[in-house]
Amino acid sequence: MRLIGDKGMRWILLGVALSAIASLLTIALFIFHEGLPFILRVGPREFLLSSEWDPQSGHFGIYPMIVASLWVTLGGMLVGAPLGIAGAIFLNEFCPRPLTRIIKPTIELLAGIPSVVFGFIGVMVLAPVIRQYLGGPGLSVLAASIVLGIMILPTIMSISTDALAAVPNSFREGAMALGATRWQSVHMVVLKAARTGIVASVILGMGRAVGETMAVIMVAGNAVKVPHSPLDSARTLTANIALEMGYATGQHRQALFATGVVLFVVIMALNTVASLAARRRAGAA
Amino acid sequence: MFRSAIRSGCLAAAASLAALGLAGCGKARESVTVAGSTAFQPFAEKLAEQYMADHADASITVQGGGSAVGVQSALSGAAQIGMADLVSLPPEAKALTAVAVARDGIALVVNPRNPVSDLTTDQVRGIFNGQITSWKDLGGEDHAITVVSREAGSGTRSSFEDILTGVKLTKEAIVQDSNGTIRETVANDASAIGYLSHGLISGKVKAVTVDGNPCTTEAIMARKYALVRPIYLLTKGAPAGAAKGFIDYILSQAGQDLIRKDGLIPAR
Repeated sequence: MRLIGDKGMRWILLGVALSAIASLLTIALFIFHEGLPFILRVGPREFLLSSEWDPQSGHFGIYPMIVASLWVTLGGMLVGAPLGIAGAIFLNEFCPRPLTRIIKPTIELLAGIPSVVFGFIGVMVLAPVIRQYLGGPGLSVLAASIVLGIMILPTIMSISTDALAAVPNSFREGAMALGATRWQSVHMVVLKAARTGIVASVILGMGRAVGETMAVIMVAGNAVKVPHSPLDSARTLTANIALEMGYATGQHRQALFATGVVLFVVIMALNTVASLAARRRAGAA
Repeated sequence: MFRSAIRSGCLAAAASLAALGLAGCGKARESVTVAGSTAFQPFAEKLAEQYMADHADASITVQGGGSAVGVQSALSGAAQIGMADLVSLPPEAKALTAVAVARDGIALVVNPRNPVSDLTTDQVRGIFNGQITSWKDLGGEDHAITVVSREAGSGTRSSFEDILTGVKLTKEAIVQDSNGTIRETVANDASAIGYLSHGLISGKVKAVTVDGNPCTTEAIMARKYALVRPIYLLTKGAPAGAAKGFIDYILSQAGQDLIRKDGLIPAR
């Protein structure tokens, strides 16, 4: 240990820490280097707003995929956010301690299930039920939304629980001293105090939903068209890249990288918003 | 301090890499890499196993990746032999030597509950173009047709569209990325129609006859069934060495019998 010394160790650790940032930069640089020239050549308008995607005949419009990604993510939020937040409130405010000790690890276990498994259950159970009772092909925006909602549940729930737990007990005691019932103190005081943390949890969940690929490919049906109803099949940005990557050469390959650029920008924006929200919370506390 | 630590680390890494390289090169076996078509991949693996059992000096590695990868890696030299299952090879493949080693039928499959069991090529074209949208128009029940297709770039899809000619896939089509998932989707959806490699038909789906001809080995051998694609092995220049040996083995009686036994149609 004398060989390296205190100072040397610091430099080594700095190098290791920088390598993480370097890999992020390399990835970003690579994606933009491969994708951006293509977007500029085809024209951002054509690429982002045309709904004609036919690589074989040189049509590259990802508008249907952008819309599909938004729909599927929004759907996932509609399923996952209320469940996750309600679950967090119950766990933190109403649940008896011994029960919490069983429920919380179980929910966190959900985060460890591989996405292929979620996709598989979606294909085998969810899609046939949707097809039978609601119509359409079954593999649809709705199926993808439900699967994504369940997948992001642990993220939203655990971060929201932390946000709620960070609210000082004096807030609850103060509310009760003023004559509020338990529920009143929760929704009028505690939720307001934990608001930014809950928002951050939802945005992080959203980031995961936008980026999810495998499960979505399996349950969304991947049709290249703008979905008009939740029962329509749709292809997300991530699915578009993963489905065609194996075959793509030349322009087609660049178009997929360009799809990656769009996805990268969307996810970066979401993460920035989430970290801003989290920082405001830290500032307020 | 920091510099020297890094430098010694690099040296150690370089030394270990060199050691690995030496160990790898130690054996005097001639190695051949075969890459490409996922439809032919399982057959190539079996053939390679047989070939290596007879030729102890050859080492054959089989990789998938799809027909486009087969063409690309044969061109770039990443693989000595590329596999492609395309009706019309892309223009860049002109520089390669192509040998047809087998043929594969593309079966049209529907759900077993679907009463429709014969389609004409015109009807198939209409379904995949999106002009025919209900099974009622084809003598079936009054259900909307769920068209299931492969992704753009797939060898099966481009062969299918090349043979039918004039197909511009309907935007309503559901896209699945392998023969297996196509089969599952069709098996689960009573109003679905899809296409897949003829060797992969199972009891879960029903293959329909096209223009009255069933998708069977006999009908394909008799050249009656229309939807058939060749499987090519591609080499840069004429095949030589172990690559030539392997291709010759595939074309031999023993190799062709093995291909036939597992559900493909031999080339000769």
